[in-house]
Amino acid sequence: MSYVSIRNLRKFYGTFEALRGIDLDIAKGEVVCIIGPSGSGKSTLIRCINRLEDFDPASEIRVDGIPVVPGRSLAKVRAEVGMVFQGFNLFPHLSVRDNVMLAPRRVRGTSRAEAGKLADRLLARVGIAEQADKYPQHLSGGQQQRVAIARALAMEPQVLLFDEPTSALDPEMVGEVLDVMKALAHTGVTMIVVTHEMGFARQVADRVIFMDGGEVIETGTPAALLETPTEPRTRNFLGAVLNH
Amino acid sequence: MDLFDTFLNVAVLRRSLPMLLDGLWLTLQLGAASIVAGLILGLFVALLGLYAVKPVRLLMRLYIDIFRSIPLLVLLIVVYYALPFVGLRLTSFASAMAALTLVSGAYTAEIFRAGIQAIPHGQFEASAALGLNQRQTMVDVILPQAVRIVIPPLTNNAINVIKDTALASVVAMPDLLKQATQAQALTANPSPLIGAALIYIAFLWPLVLFVSYLERRYHGGRRA
Ligand SMILES: Nc1ncnc2c1ncn2[C@@H]1O[C@H](COP(=O)(O)OP(=O)(O)OP(=O)(O)O)[C@@H](O)[C@H]1O
Ligand SMILES: [Mg+2]
Repeated sequence: MSYVSIRNLRKFYGTFEALRGIDLDIAKGEVVCIIGPSGSGKSTLIRCINRLEDFDPASEIRVDGIPVVPGRSLAKVRAEVGMVFQGFNLFPHLSVRDNVMLAPRRVRGTSRAEAGKLADRLLARVGIAEQADKYPQHLSGGQQQRVAIARALAMEPQVLLFDEPTSALDPEMVGEVLDVMKALAHTGVTMIVVTHEMGFARQVADRVIFMDGGEVIETGTPAALLETPTEPRTRNFLGAVLNH
Repeated sequence: MDLFDTFLNVAVLRRSLPMLLDGLWLTLQLGAASIVAGLILGLFVALLGLYAVKPVRLLMRLYIDIFRSIPLLVLLIVVYYALPFVGLRLTSFASAMAALTLVSGAYTAEIFRAGIQAIPHGQFEASAALGLNQRQTMVDVILPQAVRIVIPPLTNNAINVIKDTALASVVAMPDLLKQATQAQALTANPSPLIGAALIYIAFLWPLVLFVSYLERRYHGGRRA
Protein backbone atom coordinates (compact mmCIF):
# COMPACT_ATOMS: atom_id res chain seq x y z
CA MET A 1 0.00 0.00 0.00
CA SER A 2 1.63 3.17 -1.07
CA TYR A 3 1.08 6.28 0.98
CA VAL A 4 2.74 8.70 -1.40
CA SER A 5 2.28 7.77 -5.03
CA ILE A 6 3.92 9.63 -7.86
CA ARG A 7 2.97 8.86 -11.47
CA ASN A 8 4.81 10.15 -14.50
CA LEU A 9 5.89 13.33 -12.71
CA ARG A 10 7.16 15.90 -15.17
CA LYS A 11 8.18 19.44 -14.42
CA PHE A 12 9.20 22.13 -16.87
CA TYR A 13 10.98 25.40 -16.16
CA GLY A 14 10.16 27.11 -19.43
CA THR A 15 11.38 24.59 -21.97
CA PHE A 16 13.86 22.96 -19.59
CA GLU A 17 12.58 19.62 -18.29
CA ALA A 18 13.71 19.40 -14.66
CA LEU A 19 11.78 16.16 -13.92
CA ARG A 20 11.40 13.68 -16.75
CA GLY A 21 8.58 11.35 -15.82
CA ILE A 22 9.20 10.03 -12.33
CA ASP A 23 7.27 7.08 -10.87
CA LEU A 24 7.64 6.45 -7.19
CA ASP A 25 5.66 4.75 -4.44
CA ILE A 26 6.44 5.30 -0.81
CA ALA A 27 4.84 3.22 1.91
CA LYS A 28 3.50 4.50 5.20
CA GLY A 29 6.30 4.77 7.73
CA GLU A 30 9.00 4.31 5.14
CA VAL A 31 12.18 6.39 5.34
CA VAL A 32 13.48 7.26 1.89
CA CYS A 33 16.70 9.13 1.19
CA ILE A 34 17.19 10.85 -2.14
CA ILE A 35 20.74 11.42 -3.32
CA GLY A 36 22.21 12.73 -6.53
CA PRO A 37 24.40 15.42 -8.03
CA SER A 38 23.57 19.11 -7.92
CA GLY A 39 20.82 20.04 -10.37
CA SER A 40 19.51 16.49 -10.67
CA GLY A 41 16.02 17.54 -9.53
CA LYS A 42 15.99 16.30 -5.92
CA SER A 43 14.59 19.53 -4.48
CA THR A 44 12.14 19.92 -7.32
CA LEU A 45 10.83 16.39 -6.73
CA ILE A 46 10.09 16.79 -3.04
CA ARG A 47 8.74 20.30 -3.52
CA CYS A 48 6.17 18.86 -5.91
CA ILE A 49 4.85 16.54 -3.20
CA ASN A 50 3.29 19.44 -1.27
CA ARG A 51 3.01 21.47 -4.44
CA LEU A 52 5.40 24.26 -3.58
CA GLU A 53 6.16 23.73 -7.26
CA ASP A 54 3.46 23.32 -9.86
CA PHE A 55 3.91 20.36 -12.17
CA ASP A 56 2.69 19.09 -15.49
CA PRO A 57 -1.12 18.62 -15.47
CA ALA A 58 -0.73 15.14 -16.95
CA SER A 59 1.30 14.03 -13.93
CA GLU A 60 -0.31 12.69 -10.79
CA ILE A 61 0.75 12.78 -7.16
CA ARG A 62 -1.39 11.43 -4.34
CA VAL A 63 -0.77 11.57 -0.63
CA ASP A 64 -2.92 9.19 1.42
CA GLY A 65 -5.08 8.91 -1.67
CA ILE A 66 -5.67 12.67 -1.87
CA PRO A 67 -4.66 14.18 -5.22
CA VAL A 68 -2.15 17.02 -4.94
CA VAL A 69 -4.13 19.53 -6.99
CA PRO A 70 -4.87 23.17 -6.18
CA GLY A 71 -7.87 23.88 -4.01
CA ARG A 72 -9.40 22.14 -1.03
CA SER A 73 -7.54 18.90 -1.48
CA LEU A 74 -4.19 20.74 -1.46
CA ALA A 75 -5.07 22.17 1.94
CA LYS A 76 -5.71 18.60 3.16
CA VAL A 77 -2.44 17.40 1.71
CA ARG A 78 -0.50 20.21 3.33
CA ALA A 79 -2.09 19.41 6.66
CA GLU A 80 -0.60 15.90 6.37
CA VAL A 81 2.78 16.83 4.91
CA GLY A 82 5.38 18.76 6.90
CA MET A 83 8.52 20.24 5.41
CA VAL A 84 11.96 21.16 6.71
CA PHE A 85 14.08 23.47 4.56
CA GLN A 86 17.81 23.82 4.10
CA GLY A 87 17.61 27.47 5.21
CA PHE A 88 15.26 26.79 8.19
CA ASN A 89 12.81 29.56 7.13
CA LEU A 90 11.78 30.26 10.70
CA PHE A 91 9.57 33.30 11.30
CA PRO A 92 11.99 35.93 12.66
CA HIS A 93 9.30 38.13 14.21
CA LEU A 94 7.95 35.32 16.40
CA SER A 95 9.51 33.67 19.42
CA VAL A 96 10.53 30.04 19.11
CA ARG A 97 7.37 28.94 20.91
CA ASP A 98 5.17 31.13 18.70
CA ASN A 99 6.85 29.73 15.61
CA VAL A 100 5.69 26.28 16.66
CA MET A 101 2.24 27.44 17.80
CA LEU A 102 1.27 29.43 14.71
CA ALA A 103 0.06 26.68 12.39
CA PRO A 104 -1.92 24.68 14.98
CA ARG A 105 -3.65 27.87 16.09
CA ARG A 106 -4.45 29.25 12.66
CA VAL A 107 -5.01 26.07 10.63
CA ARG A 108 -6.48 23.82 13.31
CA GLY A 109 -8.01 26.47 15.52
CA THR A 110 -6.25 25.02 18.57
CA SER A 111 -6.57 27.24 21.65
CA ARG A 112 -3.58 29.32 22.74
CA ALA A 113 -3.14 27.26 25.90
CA GLU A 114 -3.30 23.93 24.08
CA ALA A 115 -0.96 25.08 21.32
CA GLY A 116 1.48 26.38 23.94
CA LYS A 117 1.55 23.00 25.69
CA LEU A 118 2.01 21.24 22.37
CA ALA A 119 4.88 23.58 21.46
CA ASP A 120 6.66 23.03 24.78
CA ARG A 121 6.28 19.27 24.42
CA LEU A 122 7.72 19.32 20.88
CA LEU A 123 10.54 21.68 21.80
CA ALA A 124 11.46 19.34 24.65
CA ARG A 125 11.42 16.46 22.21
CA VAL A 126 13.96 18.16 19.93
CA GLY A 127 16.01 19.13 22.96
CA ILE A 128 15.53 22.91 23.15
CA ALA A 129 12.77 23.40 25.70
CA GLU A 130 14.78 26.08 27.48
CA GLN A 131 15.00 28.29 24.35
CA ALA A 132 11.24 28.65 23.87
CA ASP A 133 11.08 32.36 24.66
CA LYS A 134 14.02 33.39 22.51
CA TYR A 135 13.83 34.64 18.96
CA PRO A 136 15.20 32.39 16.19
CA GLN A 137 18.09 34.69 15.30
CA HIS A 138 19.50 34.22 18.79
CA LEU A 139 19.89 30.47 18.35
CA SER A 140 22.64 28.51 16.67
CA GLY A 141 22.00 26.99 13.26
CA GLY A 142 21.53 23.53 14.70
CA GLN A 143 19.05 24.82 17.25
CA GLN A 144 17.16 26.74 14.56
CA GLN A 145 16.82 23.65 12.45
CA ARG A 146 15.51 21.71 15.44
CA VAL A 147 12.92 24.45 15.98
CA ALA A 148 11.96 24.08 12.33
CA ILE A 149 11.47 20.34 12.86
CA ALA A 150 9.33 21.02 15.93
CA ARG A 151 7.31 23.53 13.92
CA ALA A 152 6.68 20.97 11.20
CA LEU A 153 5.72 18.32 13.79
CA ALA A 154 3.17 20.65 15.37
CA MET A 155 0.73 19.86 12.55
CA GLU A 156 1.13 16.15 13.32
CA PRO A 157 2.10 15.33 9.76
CA GLN A 158 2.03 11.80 8.39
CA VAL A 159 4.81 12.64 5.97
CA LEU A 160 7.88 14.78 6.57
CA LEU A 161 9.89 16.22 3.69
CA PHE A 162 13.48 17.28 4.33
CA ASP A 163 15.46 19.24 1.74
CA GLU A 164 19.13 19.02 2.73
CA PRO A 165 18.35 19.85 6.35
CA THR A 166 22.01 19.87 7.43
CA SER A 167 23.68 21.47 4.40
CA ALA A 168 23.57 25.00 5.80
CA LEU A 169 24.97 23.97 9.19
CA ASP A 170 28.46 24.23 10.62
CA PRO A 171 29.91 20.71 10.75
CA GLU A 172 29.78 20.51 14.54
CA MET A 173 26.00 21.04 14.47
CA VAL A 174 25.11 18.44 11.88
CA GLY A 175 25.05 15.63 14.42
CA GLU A 176 22.45 17.16 16.73
CA VAL A 177 19.99 17.60 13.84
CA LEU A 178 20.62 14.11 12.44
CA ASP A 179 20.05 12.66 15.91
CA VAL A 180 16.62 14.30 16.07
CA MET A 181 15.83 12.93 12.61
CA LYS A 182 16.96 9.44 13.57
CA ALA A 183 14.69 9.52 16.59
CA LEU A 184 11.82 10.63 14.34
CA ALA A 185 12.46 7.81 11.90
CA HIS A 186 11.61 5.33 14.64
CA THR A 187 8.23 6.92 15.39
CA GLY A 188 6.60 5.58 12.24
CA VAL A 189 6.31 8.87 10.41
CA THR A 190 7.00 8.65 6.68
CA MET A 191 10.19 10.55 5.83
CA ILE A 192 11.51 11.66 2.47
CA VAL A 193 14.97 13.12 2.92
CA VAL A 194 17.15 14.80 0.32
CA THR A 195 20.63 14.56 1.77
CA HIS A 196 24.34 14.32 1.17
CA GLU A 197 24.82 12.57 4.50
CA MET A 198 25.61 9.05 3.31
CA GLY A 199 26.12 7.89 6.90
CA PHE A 200 22.58 8.92 7.77
CA ALA A 201 21.20 7.24 4.65
CA ARG A 202 23.05 4.03 5.43
CA GLN A 203 21.90 3.91 9.05
CA VAL A 204 18.34 5.14 8.84
CA ALA A 205 16.91 4.78 5.35
CA ASP A 206 14.73 1.88 4.31
CA ARG A 207 15.43 2.80 0.72
CA VAL A 208 17.84 5.08 -1.12
CA ILE A 209 17.01 6.68 -4.44
CA PHE A 210 19.67 7.99 -6.79
CA MET A 211 18.60 10.75 -9.18
CA ASP A 212 20.40 12.29 -12.11
CA GLY A 213 19.23 14.57 -14.91
CA GLY A 214 15.64 14.69 -13.67
CA GLU A 215 15.24 10.92 -13.56
CA VAL A 216 15.38 8.18 -10.97
CA ILE A 217 18.41 6.17 -12.05
CA GLU A 218 18.52 3.53 -9.37
CA THR A 219 16.75 2.64 -6.17
CA GLY A 220 17.52 0.05 -3.52
CA THR A 221 18.25 -0.67 0.09
CA PRO A 222 21.08 1.43 1.51
CA ALA A 223 23.36 -1.60 1.52
CA ALA A 224 22.62 -2.49 -2.09
CA LEU A 225 22.64 1.00 -3.56
CA LEU A 226 25.56 2.42 -1.60
CA GLU A 227 27.80 -0.67 -1.58
CA THR A 228 27.00 -2.41 -4.85
CA PRO A 229 25.40 0.06 -7.25
CA THR A 230 24.57 -1.42 -10.64
CA GLU A 231 24.28 1.74 -12.73
CA PRO A 232 27.49 3.39 -13.91
CA ARG A 233 26.16 6.87 -13.12
CA THR A 234 25.43 5.83 -9.54
CA ARG A 235 28.91 4.39 -9.22
CA ASN A 236 30.48 7.57 -10.58
CA PHE A 237 28.52 9.74 -8.20
CA LEU A 238 29.26 7.62 -5.15
CA GLY A 239 32.89 7.41 -6.14
CA ALA A 240 33.11 11.19 -6.29
CA VAL A 241 31.20 11.72 -3.02
CA LEU A 242 32.95 9.06 -0.97
CA ASN A 243 36.42 10.17 -2.05
CA HIS A 244 35.81 13.62 -0.55
CA MET B 1 14.08 96.85 14.48
CA ASP B 2 12.09 97.56 11.36
CA LEU B 3 12.63 94.06 10.19
CA PHE B 4 11.14 92.66 13.38
CA ASP B 5 8.13 94.93 13.16
CA THR B 6 7.56 93.77 9.61
CA PHE B 7 8.15 90.03 9.79
CA LEU B 8 7.82 89.06 13.43
CA ASN B 9 5.47 91.63 14.79
CA VAL B 10 4.46 90.28 18.18
CA ALA B 11 1.26 92.28 18.42
CA VAL B 12 0.15 91.11 14.98
CA LEU B 13 1.11 87.52 15.74
CA ARG B 14 -0.85 87.58 18.96
CA ARG B 15 -3.88 89.01 17.20
CA SER B 16 -3.80 86.45 14.39
CA LEU B 17 -2.98 83.46 16.59
CA PRO B 18 -6.59 82.25 16.98
CA MET B 19 -6.99 82.26 13.20
CA LEU B 20 -3.73 80.40 12.74
CA LEU B 21 -4.74 77.78 15.32
CA ASP B 22 -8.09 77.27 13.58
CA GLY B 23 -6.16 76.74 10.35
CA LEU B 24 -3.70 74.40 12.03
CA TRP B 25 -6.53 72.29 13.40
CA LEU B 26 -8.03 71.89 9.94
CA THR B 27 -4.62 71.16 8.41
CA LEU B 28 -4.02 68.42 10.96
CA GLN B 29 -7.47 66.94 10.41
CA LEU B 30 -6.99 66.93 6.65
CA GLY B 31 -3.48 65.51 6.95
CA ALA B 32 -4.46 62.75 9.39
CA ALA B 33 -7.56 61.73 7.45
CA SER B 34 -5.66 61.61 4.15
CA ILE B 35 -2.75 59.68 5.64
CA VAL B 36 -4.99 57.02 7.18
CA ALA B 37 -7.18 56.69 4.08
CA GLY B 38 -4.06 56.60 1.89
CA LEU B 39 -2.56 53.82 4.01
CA ILE B 40 -5.63 51.64 3.72
CA LEU B 41 -5.98 52.33 0.00
CA GLY B 42 -2.26 51.74 -0.57
CA LEU B 43 -2.26 48.41 1.26
CA PHE B 44 -5.15 47.08 -0.80
CA VAL B 45 -3.69 48.37 -4.04
CA ALA B 46 -0.34 46.76 -3.19
CA LEU B 47 -1.94 43.38 -2.38
CA LEU B 48 -4.13 43.43 -5.48
CA GLY B 49 -1.17 44.56 -7.57
CA LEU B 50 0.85 41.59 -6.36
CA TYR B 51 -1.67 38.77 -6.09
CA ALA B 52 -4.87 39.50 -8.03
CA VAL B 53 -5.64 38.19 -11.51
CA LYS B 54 -3.66 39.77 -14.31
CA PRO B 55 -6.17 42.45 -15.50
CA VAL B 56 -6.58 43.72 -11.92
CA ARG B 57 -2.81 43.74 -11.45
CA LEU B 58 -2.44 45.87 -14.58
CA LEU B 59 -5.18 48.20 -13.37
CA MET B 60 -3.36 48.72 -10.07
CA ARG B 61 -0.11 49.39 -11.92
CA LEU B 62 -1.94 51.97 -14.03
CA TYR B 63 -3.41 53.65 -10.95
CA ILE B 64 -0.03 53.81 -9.24
CA ASP B 65 1.75 55.25 -12.26
CA ILE B 66 -0.92 57.82 -13.07
CA PHE B 67 -1.25 59.18 -9.56
CA ARG B 68 2.48 59.37 -9.10
CA SER B 69 2.76 61.34 -12.35
CA ILE B 70 -0.02 63.87 -11.94
CA PRO B 71 0.89 67.08 -10.09
CA LEU B 72 -1.17 67.22 -6.91
CA LEU B 73 -2.25 70.79 -7.60
CA VAL B 74 -3.63 69.76 -10.99
CA LEU B 75 -5.49 66.82 -9.49
CA LEU B 76 -6.92 69.00 -6.75
CA ILE B 77 -8.18 71.59 -9.22
CA VAL B 78 -9.67 68.89 -11.42
CA VAL B 79 -11.52 67.38 -8.45
CA TYR B 80 -12.78 70.71 -7.15
CA TYR B 81 -13.46 72.69 -10.31
CA ALA B 82 -13.97 70.09 -13.05
CA LEU B 83 -15.99 67.35 -11.37
CA PRO B 84 -18.97 69.66 -10.72
CA PHE B 85 -19.45 69.71 -14.51
CA VAL B 86 -20.42 66.03 -14.29
CA GLY B 87 -22.59 66.66 -11.26
CA LEU B 88 -20.07 65.71 -8.59
CA ARG B 89 -19.65 68.66 -6.27
CA LEU B 90 -17.36 68.05 -3.30
CA THR B 91 -16.66 70.42 -0.43
CA SER B 92 -13.19 71.90 -0.34
CA PHE B 93 -12.23 69.53 2.51
CA ALA B 94 -13.55 66.49 0.64
CA SER B 95 -11.82 67.55 -2.58
CA ALA B 96 -8.52 68.06 -0.83
CA MET B 97 -8.83 64.79 1.05
CA ALA B 98 -9.73 62.90 -2.13
CA ALA B 99 -6.76 64.31 -4.04
CA LEU B 100 -4.31 63.78 -1.17
CA THR B 101 -5.58 60.25 -0.53
CA LEU B 102 -5.39 59.20 -4.17
CA VAL B 103 -1.81 60.39 -4.50
CA SER B 104 -0.71 59.16 -1.08
CA GLY B 105 -2.36 55.81 -1.82
CA ALA B 106 -0.26 55.42 -4.96
CA TYR B 107 3.00 56.13 -3.12
CA THR B 108 1.95 53.99 -0.17
CA ALA B 109 1.14 51.09 -2.51
CA GLU B 110 4.67 51.25 -3.91
CA ILE B 111 6.12 51.32 -0.42
CA PHE B 112 4.07 48.28 0.69
CA ARG B 113 4.90 46.40 -2.50
CA ALA B 114 8.61 46.93 -1.95
CA GLY B 115 8.24 45.95 1.71
CA ILE B 116 6.41 42.72 0.89
CA GLN B 117 8.86 41.86 -1.88
CA ALA B 118 11.76 42.37 0.51
CA ILE B 119 10.54 39.40 2.59
CA PRO B 120 12.53 36.29 1.62
CA HIS B 121 10.66 33.76 -0.48
CA GLY B 122 11.32 31.07 2.13
CA GLN B 123 8.84 32.79 4.46
CA PHE B 124 6.05 32.27 1.93
CA GLU B 125 7.13 28.67 1.36
CA ALA B 126 7.32 27.82 5.04
CA SER B 127 3.83 29.29 5.51
CA ALA B 128 2.41 27.34 2.58
CA ALA B 129 4.04 24.11 3.74
CA LEU B 130 2.44 24.56 7.17
CA GLY B 131 -0.97 24.86 5.54
CA LEU B 132 -1.57 28.57 6.13
CA ASN B 133 -3.80 30.08 3.46
CA GLN B 134 -2.88 33.27 1.60
CA ARG B 135 -4.67 35.58 3.99
CA GLN B 136 -3.13 33.96 7.07
CA THR B 137 0.28 34.08 5.43
CA MET B 138 -0.09 37.81 4.87
CA VAL B 139 -1.57 38.69 8.24
CA ASP B 140 0.53 36.44 10.46
CA VAL B 141 3.84 36.15 8.64
CA ILE B 142 4.51 38.66 5.87
CA LEU B 143 2.94 41.95 6.94
CA PRO B 144 4.33 41.94 10.50
CA GLN B 145 7.80 41.67 8.98
CA ALA B 146 7.10 44.13 6.16
CA VAL B 147 5.85 46.77 8.61
CA ARG B 148 9.32 47.17 10.08
CA ILE B 149 10.73 47.80 6.63
CA VAL B 150 8.07 50.26 5.54
CA ILE B 151 7.88 52.49 8.61
CA PRO B 152 10.64 54.93 7.55
CA PRO B 153 9.34 55.45 3.96
CA LEU B 154 5.75 55.63 5.24
CA THR B 155 6.73 58.35 7.71
CA ASN B 156 8.40 60.22 4.88
CA ASN B 157 5.21 59.93 2.89
CA ALA B 158 3.20 61.23 5.85
CA ILE B 159 5.47 64.29 6.01
CA ASN B 160 4.81 64.94 2.33
CA VAL B 161 1.06 64.61 2.80
CA ILE B 162 1.04 67.14 5.63
CA LYS B 163 3.11 69.55 3.58
CA ASP B 164 0.83 69.08 0.61
CA THR B 165 -2.25 69.96 2.65
CA ALA B 166 -1.17 73.57 2.11
CA LEU B 167 -2.31 73.22 -1.49
CA ALA B 168 -5.88 72.96 -0.19
CA SER B 169 -5.82 76.71 0.30
CA VAL B 170 -6.27 77.11 -3.47
CA VAL B 171 -9.70 75.49 -3.23
CA ALA B 172 -10.64 77.92 -0.49
CA MET B 173 -10.17 75.59 2.41
CA PRO B 174 -9.35 77.64 5.53
CA ASP B 175 -6.27 75.59 6.40
CA LEU B 176 -3.18 76.96 8.12
CA LEU B 177 -1.78 78.62 5.01
CA LYS B 178 -5.11 80.12 3.97
CA GLN B 179 -5.73 81.52 7.44
CA ALA B 180 -2.24 82.98 7.45
CA THR B 181 -2.74 84.76 4.13
CA GLN B 182 -6.09 86.07 5.34
CA ALA B 183 -4.59 87.32 8.59
CA GLN B 184 -1.86 88.98 6.56
CA ALA B 185 -4.48 90.77 4.49
CA LEU B 186 -6.43 91.84 7.57
CA THR B 187 -3.43 93.15 9.46
CA ALA B 188 -1.52 94.40 6.41
CA ASN B 189 1.54 92.69 7.85
CA PRO B 190 3.32 89.47 6.72
CA SER B 191 4.06 88.22 10.25
CA PRO B 192 1.19 85.67 10.20
CA LEU B 193 2.84 84.01 7.18
CA ILE B 194 6.09 83.67 9.07
CA GLY B 195 4.08 82.36 12.02
CA ALA B 196 2.48 79.72 9.80
CA ALA B 197 5.85 78.68 8.40
CA LEU B 198 7.20 78.28 11.94
CA ILE B 199 4.18 76.16 12.91
CA TYR B 200 4.71 73.85 9.90
CA ILE B 201 8.36 73.47 10.83
CA ALA B 202 7.54 72.85 14.49
CA PHE B 203 5.22 70.00 13.53
CA LEU B 204 7.27 68.40 10.79
CA TRP B 205 10.78 68.71 12.15
CA PRO B 206 10.25 66.01 14.78
CA LEU B 207 8.94 63.67 12.09
CA VAL B 208 11.97 64.39 9.93
CA LEU B 209 14.24 63.63 12.88
CA PHE B 210 12.25 60.45 13.56
CA VAL B 211 12.85 59.21 10.01
CA SER B 212 16.58 59.96 10.24
CA TYR B 213 16.70 58.12 13.55
CA LEU B 214 14.92 55.07 12.11
CA GLU B 215 17.12 55.01 9.04
CA ARG B 216 20.25 55.24 11.18
CA ARG B 217 18.98 52.50 13.44
CA TYR B 218 18.02 50.14 10.63
CA HIS B 219 21.13 50.63 8.55
CA GLY B 220 23.66 51.42 11.25
CA GLY B 221 22.24 48.82 13.66
CA ARG B 222 22.69 46.00 11.17
CA ARG B 223 26.36 46.66 10.81
CA ALA B 224 27.06 47.05 14.51
N1 LIG C 1 13.09 28.38 -10.53
C1 LIG C 1 13.80 27.73 -11.47
N2 LIG C 1 13.87 28.21 -12.72
C2 LIG C 1 14.57 27.58 -13.67
N3 LIG C 1 15.25 26.43 -13.48
C3 LIG C 1 15.24 25.92 -12.24
C4 LIG C 1 14.51 26.53 -11.18
N4 LIG C 1 14.68 25.78 -10.07
C5 LIG C 1 15.46 24.76 -10.42
N5 LIG C 1 15.80 24.82 -11.73
C6 LIG C 1 16.63 23.86 -12.47
O1 LIG C 1 16.05 22.58 -12.32
C7 LIG C 1 17.06 21.60 -12.13
C8 LIG C 1 16.82 20.83 -10.86
O2 LIG C 1 16.98 21.69 -9.77
P1 LIG C 1 16.88 21.20 -8.26
O3 LIG C 1 16.97 22.40 -7.40
O4 LIG C 1 15.70 20.32 -8.11
O5 LIG C 1 18.21 20.33 -8.14
P2 LIG C 1 18.80 19.60 -6.86
O6 LIG C 1 18.98 18.18 -7.23
O7 LIG C 1 17.99 19.91 -5.68
O8 LIG C 1 20.24 20.30 -6.75
P3 LIG C 1 21.07 20.74 -5.45
O9 LIG C 1 21.78 19.52 -4.95
O10 LIG C 1 22.04 21.74 -6.00
O11 LIG C 1 20.12 21.32 -4.48
C9 LIG C 1 18.38 22.34 -12.14
O12 LIG C 1 18.96 22.21 -13.41
C10 LIG C 1 18.00 23.76 -11.88
O13 LIG C 1 18.89 24.64 -12.53
MG1 LIG D 1 18.31 21.05 -3.93
